[in-house]
Parts: sequence; structure tokens; C-alpha cells
Amino acid sequence: MPRLSADQRHEVRFTLNGHPVCGRAGPRLLLSDFLRHEIGATGTHVGCEHGVCGACTVQVDGMLTRACLTLAVQVEGASVRTVEGLAPEPDRLSALQAAFRRNHALQCGFCSAGILMSLDAFLKAHPEPDEAEIRDLLSGHLCRCTGYTPIVRAALEAAAEIQNSQRELTQGETAHA
Amino acid sequence: MPGMLDVTRETGWVGRAIERVEDAALLSGGGRYLDDLGVRPGTLHMAILRAPHAHADIRAIDTAAARAVAGVVAVLTGADVARLTAPLVVGVKAPVECWPMAVDRVRYVGEPVALVVAQDRYLAEDALDLIEVSYETRPAVVDPLDALAEGAPLLHDGFPRNLASDRRFRYGDPEQAFAQADRTVSISVSYPRNSCTPIETYGLVAEYDPHEDAYDVLANFQGPFSIHAVISRALKVPGNRLRLRTPRDSGGSFGVKQGIFPYIVLGAVAARATGHPVKWIEDRLEHLMASVSATNRATTLRAAVTADGRVTALDYDQVEDCGAHLRAPEPATLYRMHGNLTGAYAIANVAVRNRVVVTNKCPTGLNRGFGGPQVYFALERLMQRIAIELGLDPLEVIRRNLIPADAFPYRTAPGALLDSGNYQATLAKGVAEGGLAALRARRDAARAEGRLYGIGFAAVVEPSVSNMGYIATVLTPAERRKAGPKNGAQATATVAIDPVGAVSVHVASVPQGQGHRTVLAQVVADVLGLTPRDIRVNAEMDTAKDAWSIASGNYSSRFAAAVAGAAKIAADRIAQRLARIAAAQLNVPVEEVVFEGGKLRARSNAANALAFSRVAALSHWSPAQLPEGTAPTIRETAFWTPPELTAADEADHINSSLCHGFIFDYCGIEIDRDTAEIRIDRYVTAHDCGTILHPGMVDGQIRGGFAHALGAALLEEFAYGPDGSFLTGTLADYLVPTAMEVPEPVILHTETPSPFTPLGAKGVGEGNCMSTPACLANAVADALGVADLRLPLSPSSLAPLIHGAEPAAPAGIAAPTPAPSGGKGERLMRGEGKAHVRAAPEAIWAMLLDPDTLAAIIPGAHGVSRVSDTAFRADVTLGIGPVKGRYKAEVSLSDLEPPRAVTLRGRVEGNLGFGGGSGAITLTPDDTGGTHLAYRYEAFVGGKVASVGGRLLDGAAKVIIGQFFAALARKAAGGSAPAPSLLSRILAPLTSLFRRRAP
Repeated sequence: MPRLSADQRHEVRFTLNGHPVCGRAGPRLLLSDFLRHEIGATGTHVGCEHGVCGACTVQVDGMLTRACLTLAVQVEGASVRTVEGLAPEPDRLSALQAAFRRNHALQCGFCSAGILMSLDAFLKAHPEPDEAEIRDLLSGHLCRCTGYTPIVRAALEAAAEIQNSQRELTQGETAHA
Repeated sequence: MPGMLDVTRETGWVGRAIERVEDAALLSGGGRYLDDLGVRPGTLHMAILRAPHAHADIRAIDTAAARAVAGVVAVLTGADVARLTAPLVVGVKAPVECWPMAVDRVRYVGEPVALVVAQDRYLAEDALDLIEVSYETRPAVVDPLDALAEGAPLLHDGFPRNLASDRRFRYGDPEQAFAQADRTVSISVSYPRNSCTPIETYGLVAEYDPHEDAYDVLANFQGPFSIHAVISRALKVPGNRLRLRTPRDSGGSFGVKQGIFPYIVLGAVAARATGHPVKWIEDRLEHLMASVSATNRATTLRAAVTADGRVTALDYDQVEDCGAHLRAPEPATLYRMHGNLTGAYAIANVAVRNRVVVTNKCPTGLNRGFGGPQVYFALERLMQRIAIELGLDPLEVIRRNLIPADAFPYRTAPGALLDSGNYQATLAKGVAEGGLAALRARRDAARAEGRLYGIGFAAVVEPSVSNMGYIATVLTPAERRKAGPKNGAQATATVAIDPVGAVSVHVASVPQGQGHRTVLAQVVADVLGLTPRDIRVNAEMDTAKDAWSIASGNYSSRFAAAVAGAAKIAADRIAQRLARIAAAQLNVPVEEVVFEGGKLRARSNAANALAFSRVAALSHWSPAQLPEGTAPTIRETAFWTPPELTAADEADHINSSLCHGFIFDYCGIEIDRDTAEIRIDRYVTAHDCGTILHPGMVDGQIRGGFAHALGAALLEEFAYGPDGSFLTGTLADYLVPTAMEVPEPVILHTETPSPFTPLGAKGVGEGNCMSTPACLANAVADALGVADLRLPLSPSSLAPLIHGAEPAAPAGIAAPTPAPSGGKGERLMRGEGKAHVRAAPEAIWAMLLDPDTLAAIIPGAHGVSRVSDTAFRADVTLGIGPVKGRYKAEVSLSDLEPPRAVTLRGRVEGNLGFGGGSGAITLTPDDTGGTHLAYRYEAFVGGKVASVGGRLLDGAAKVIIGQFFAALARKAAGGSAPAPSLLSRILAPLTSLFRRRAP
């Protein structure tokens, strides 16, 4: 592990949403501040800076991570995924994002980035979740606008849709074979 | 509008739950919240030093060390701020001053004391640590009724007995009604402090132009823009030299971001003092501790009732706690509901005493529900008590008192003009479609099994679109005459058409996530025969360029009723002119012009049509071709204020709001007998909010309000120690509902359009904050058969109601010590322990009296200096949880019995908090040349450390003290003291446990 000097900024190279990026960070700079103000990826939001609200949740090497409790220098060489990387195209939404919009699963949208990142990782690991599992996952996030139910509904709907499209994909492949 | 064309609409976007135009960006990381916008090069960052004491005089502030830090540009204190500003306006006539930063005296934990402006936020926060403030503490008062008591500590000389206002009101003949009543039923309640805590905190960027003496501030402020006048006055500039802008997106507000305005003044002053733009982003601790809070209120409410449960009179005694300063627009929370003190009921006689007190807590301000939760918790709890005391069904008592359906518009005794409604029909629908009968059966079944199951009801009127004049009801009629009349609720909207006929809408509504842009696109699309996609809505606010007025902003649920209505009026006016233009070209009478599918066409002949864009662009390209007398269609701004919102009259009647929705709620809850946890079995909320513009958003507002209310009812409270210490400084201490706690309410609608609003819509965003706490409490009261309940209904508050008081300890077992508190109520801890040291008592004795040894074994000590043989002074850096800072410690030794016993007393004080304690140490030699060491300590902590680390302190005390002695033992055995472990660094503030302030 490299030794970092406290009064210097260090180059941090990592992959952000599949693209290599590089920025400079002092050893105490939070990943949340680094992503937002150094890299310019402002989609990740900061709500409490003590790890409770979940707004700053990102994926670091596939692991759900509170960016406000992570130092920027910790992501050296890592693969970081943020809300900016969810949509398949700049003018389209992923199935999960579209389900959020359809179900009014956001109002102010400030907490949404963290919730989307958690659900994105969760649905990959648990493709057929039930409501209790979704609620359990969401308990790591605070939303003050929606009352959560539309988020639960969006997550369940997105899970079903992702399952269906994968099934169709598999069937399509079988048919072609 | 008289004289307005009834432009025929053949499309209907309003009323449909279309997808929101806002969402794609918000879901993709493309939001434009304040902190996402970037800043000009050279922008500096502000951090604020805050008071650790609830009440203290500032004796001195030494900023030299902070100023000397590289990267720090300025340090300002209250005196500096006072030099550059005027005090903030206070809402009552009294000789008191309210400053955004403490001058000479702090009155609540978290009050700004100094600010640092530096090159980045990290440096600014570092420098806060180096500011030394010397305080002389005063006794604090936290409870509003205590504040009124004889001999209570006084906060402001201008508020004798801490009383900022004391007004009595009388409507009808309450004395006679009480004299003739069959029964009098009364209830006393204390509504606690809480806040809707948006996930985005306050933020601002301020600039100052010295050449024009003008400020430009971008802030996530939410209105009302009457506050703009308060800010410009504080900054001593005319309003046209304070440009206040808001970003496109806001991370929630719920009223709370009205309270940023004192910080706008601070940021503006910092920009002026440094000559640079200054940015400030509030952190969560600051937000919870010192942004703003809803008021807590102590209410005694009496009702005169007939034997069959009809209420003939109400007598309110409300004591409103506005915290340490009466900041604008307070005491508005108390008067927002003034016209609605009779709720949904026809009660002709009302007596009111309204007192406003100040206490050593955070100043209050706007918060979702704004006065409604406080009023209805008293009123709806009382309605249940009436039923119980009269042996009637609570629902029947509600029914018998509802305002008759044929009585609208209905003038309440205190003066509200209830616009429309059919409360009986909404209630009947709620009962039938919500499944009340099944719920009652479930209660019977549960009770038959011995379970604790209860049903609660609440019926409330939800006011919206505040009359800007209601606040003046706090003044006497004579004072009002002097101040001049205040009334109305100006809403503004602008519809503009560009040279290719594309339509834009600008509003001064400052949305905070409600989806205003979508609804406005629907409203205007309907008028102009376009689709919402054709309309671009800009809801960013800029006081230098936009049409706005004092009522602009996002509060009192005014959007659907007022702002969307103003947009409709502006669009109607443009449509009227476009129809004239088209009529001339289509050769049909203007009444025959239809807006449909992007065309203006003849009603009877679809082929006789013109493209909307062609007609719309005419004013740009060929104004000479406009029909005579037709104004251009380039831009139309509508100002709308309802004539019903008149000023308070000489008898203090006030129509405090324009619209009045109705909500009938009931719920079934079960309380776990063992854990006292509440499970909501079913919650039904039946609403009438007039015409529904967007069903998805309306239900979203209801669900969101319900979740906030559930938090207020079951979880949330800004807790203060008796000394005014703030105890809930993190979201792990101030608990808000998660997805695990919030069930889906059953939402039902009836629609009685408001005759007073352009679209028939009423507000809907705050109602459940008013109804749900009372409804849940009524259910709990029903389940437990108790009369007195205090929110939040936490398991620990319900357990004694289920199990009775804690029984005495069985014989032979020591009773648990009740949670102790310090002399002034600080968090207090006690403990004891033992250690064995391989050195003789004499050697240990020498070590304890040696500064170098102490420096080596006290974690975080920078140096210990000897003041006298028995007194030491030390600088220590301590961190607990997110709170790390420097403290000054003073330690004295007493009760010396060398080398057998000594008592260490001391006190630490720093910007993050204060603490103290005493430790009695006894040294007993063993047989092997070693020493048995025993200690017993008492300690207290206050300030920021107590507010964020409260949960950790007790357990941490034991660990850290053990480590101190472990280090002592190692040192005595000849080793060097080890570096403190991570745990000890986290828990390090507890080294303060060895020190205690002299009693």
C-alpha cells in the first residue's frame, strides 16, 4: 500500500462507468466530494455525510459503498459505477429508471441516485425479489418525499420486466439455434 | 374571469397521471441541484462555528490562530456581521434584536458564533477548531411552560417572562355556551418538536458587487418571497440590489428551506467582506441542530358539549414555543390555522388565548403542516375524549359535528371562509370503501384473543393558499391599523411564445420536487390545444428578471390552486388573442375558433385550420397584421390574487387561507404487548382536494405527507436535555421512517371543486401531516384505554402504559440506578473499575503528578503543563464519531492522601462541546511490589459531542478509562505508552471523564 502524504494531492486513477478517469485528491478527500467536485459526476448526492441516509451510495468493484464514508484514494484502480452509468443511451432510461418514472417513485429525486444504485446491484443478485426483500434493502436509504411504496412498486415491476426480457432473449436464442 | 373567452378545449391533459418531464434527468444523474452547479473561479467556502451552550454570554472570541492558517481568507464574528447588516425583522412589536449570528450572547445550541471563509470547505472547517471562544454559561430554559414560570431564565430583555405575544380572542358567545353546556370536556397536550428534514441540506453561493452595492445570491430557498424584503433590509440594500435566484432542482424542502434566510445574510456578508463569491453547504448535524424546526406547543383545549355529543364551544389555550428568536415569519405557525380552529365542525363559539414564548432551542419556521399538526392533535384527541366521556362512538361524535353539506361556502367562527366540500359524503365513502366494518371485526377478534388493538379516527380541514395577512392577527387591531393592511396571495405566471411559435411557461413557484413543470405543461397544453411535450416550463426563480411578489414560492400547498391557476389565466389570455388572429384568417367568428391538435381551426369545419405555430409566430414576424385592437402574443404575465383573502377585521376575524380540503382518516393498529411496538394494520385516508390535476402527484403528496406524519407520530423528536443540550444530531439519533415502517395507506378521493380557484383545485400536500398524528394517537389511546399520550409514540413511552411503572427490584438485588443527569441536566455517566499495575503505589503516585507521564498516557494530548503542584492544563484532540476537535482541559487534584488516594477533577471545553467529571483513584499495594488500583468516576458531557455521540458515550466511558489505566500500567512497568488503538481514538473524548468542574 503506498504511503500518502497528508499535505499533498495524489493522482487517483480508476474506472468510472466503464471509462478510465483520473483526478487528484488529498488523502482525506471523501469519495463523494471527489466524484462530484473533482471528476464532475454530480449525480451522486450527499445527504448526511455519516452513512445513514444512503443518498451517496455507489458501486465500487460491484460492492455497494457509501461514497461519504470512503476516501477518494481508496478507489485507486477500482471500477466505480454511479447513477450516470445506468442508462443504456444518453436519451434513454434503463428498465429500473423507467419503472421509477412510471410509478412516480421519486419527487425531488435527491435520494434517487443512491436507491437506484442499491436496487441495480440487488436485482442482479436477486432477480426475483419479493416485497419484503425490497423493503429490507430500501431500509438502508432515506427518502422524505415518496413514502417508499412507489419505489417498492417500481423495483418489483423492474425486476419482472428484466426477467421477462431475459427470458425472451434466452427463448430467442434458443429459437435461432 | 369576466369577459374571458371560453376557449373550447378538445384535448384533456389535466387530470391525467402522465409521466413527469422532470424525471429522466433526475434519474440519470442530470439533476441541477445547488451543489451540482459549479461556481465561478475564485469562489471561497464558508464554515460556521456554532455555540456548544444553550445559553451563555460570549466573553471573548480569539480568531488569530484561525486567521493565520494558510488558505483562510477571513474570519467573521457576530460583531463583524452586525457592523455590515441590520437586525432581522421580528414578527411582533417588541424591543428585541434578532441577528443571524450571535452578538454577545448565545441562546441555543448551534447558534452561529463565527464564520470562516477559506479556499476550500475542508480548510474552513479545520480553521473553526482554532477559534477560541470564552463563554460564561447561564441557566437555560427548554420547556415553554417552564419558560413562563416565575424566575425562569430570561432570553431577551424585550420579552418579559419570555413572552413574545399574548393575545385573547373571542368569537360568538363562548362564556354562555360553556355555562349552558351539559358537559365540559378538556384535554392538555404537548406537541413535540420535529422537522421534515429534506435530504438535501441548505446551500448557497453569494456574491457582492461593491461598485453597485448589490448582492447576487443563488440559494435553495423556497419562499415565501416576502422574506426577500427581510434579507434586503438586513443587508441594508433596496430590494433591487438583492438578486435572489434558485436552482432548477431542489432536494426537498417541506417548508424547511424557508429557514435558510439568516444564512443568506451570512453568506452575503462573507462575500462582501472577502470580495469573492462565497459558497456554503450546510452539513447534516448543522441541519438537525440549527436549521429550523416546527414549533412545539402546549395546548389546553376545552369543549362545551351537549349530552348527545354536539360541541357548542371551544376554548383554546395555546402556548407556542418559537425557540430562541422570533424569526420571520413567526409566530405564523400559530396563526396559520387561526380561521380553522374549529376544524371540520360547525362550532359557533370560540375563545382563544395565544401565547408565544421563547426558549433556548433552535428558532422555528415553516414545516409541512405548519400549525395544523399542533391544532389537530389537540382538537381530534379532544373529539375522541368527548366520545369516551359521553359513552358515544367516536365516529358518531365526528359525524354529529361536521359542517352540513349545504352550508358552503361556510364562514367559521374565527373567520375562515370554507370554499366547498361535502364532508359527509367523503366520510361515507371512506367508511364504505376503506373497509371500516372489517376493521372493527378485526379489532373485536384481536381483543378476544387479548391483543392490544385500537381504531382511531380524525377529520380535518386542510387549508391551502395562505392569506399573507393572517400573520397580522398576532397584532391587535390598533397595531394593525398602524402597520397598514396586509392580505392576498399574489400568484404569478408567464406564458411566452417565441418566433417559431414554441411555448414557454415561467412561474415563481420554486418547486421542490412536486412536479410543477409537468402540471404546468398539462394546464397550458390544454388551453392551447398542444401536448405537454410542446410546452417548456422554467421554474427557476430570479428576482431580478421574473414576475414575482411576496407570496411567490412553494409553501401552504399553493401550487395547484394558485400558481397553476395563474398559468391557466395567462394561457387563456394568450389563447383569446390567438383566437382573434385566427378568426380573421379563417373567416369565422372568434367564438368558433377551436384549439386542437396543434391547430387553430373552425369548429364546424376541420379543414379550415391554421397551424398553431403559424398563428403564434405572427406577433414576432408581422405585428402589423394583427387584427386591430389585438395585443401581441409574445408574452403574457398573469397576476392572480383571490378577492376572498381579505385582511383581519376589527373583531379579529381572519380568512387565513383560500382553499379548504377535507380529510377523513381512520386506522387500525396493534401494539405488541411485549415490545410496545406499534404495527399499523390498515390506514385509510379519504381526501377531497377539489379538482385533481394529476392523480399520480396528488397521491404522491398524500403518501409523502403520510410518511412525514407517521415519523412525527412514532419516531421523530428533536430532543433536548434539561440544560438545552441538543441530543439528536445525527440521523441515527433523529430517527426518520424507512421503508420498513411506512405502510401503503388506502387513499380515496372525492372531488368538490373549489369555486375560488381558476382550476377548481385545492392544496393537498400537508393534510396528512395534520390528520395522521392525531389519528394514530387516537388508535393507540383506543388500544390502551388511556387518555394522555405524548408524541412520538415510541415503545419506551408506551411500555409504562402497558406494563405500569417499573416494579421495585426483588429483595436482595440492587435497584437499577435511574438515568442520572448532571447539575444542569447534561448527559451524565458513572462507572468504576479496577486495574493491576506492576509498580509500587509511590511510583504510580509520582506518575499521576507528572505532566510528561500524563501527556504520554492521555490519548490525544498535545502537551500537559503544570499550573501548580495540583493543577494541570492540557490541549487535547479528541474525536468521537464524526466529531473531532481540539479541547482545552483543566485538571486539579484534590483529596490527596499520598500515595493511597487522590481525586482528579476537571473540565474540558472546546468548540465541539464541553465535559467534565471527577475520578477517585485508590492505590493499594499488593504482596509482590505491585499495586491494585481502583477507580470510580462521574462525568458529564454537553454540546455537539452529546448531540452526535450520545448513544456511544456510556459504553465508551468504560472502554476508554480501562485504556487509560492500561497505558498507565504499561508505563509503570517500564514500557512506553502504546499508540492509542483505533477504538480508543474513536472513543477518546471520554478521557474527559477524569476531569470535573468543581461543584
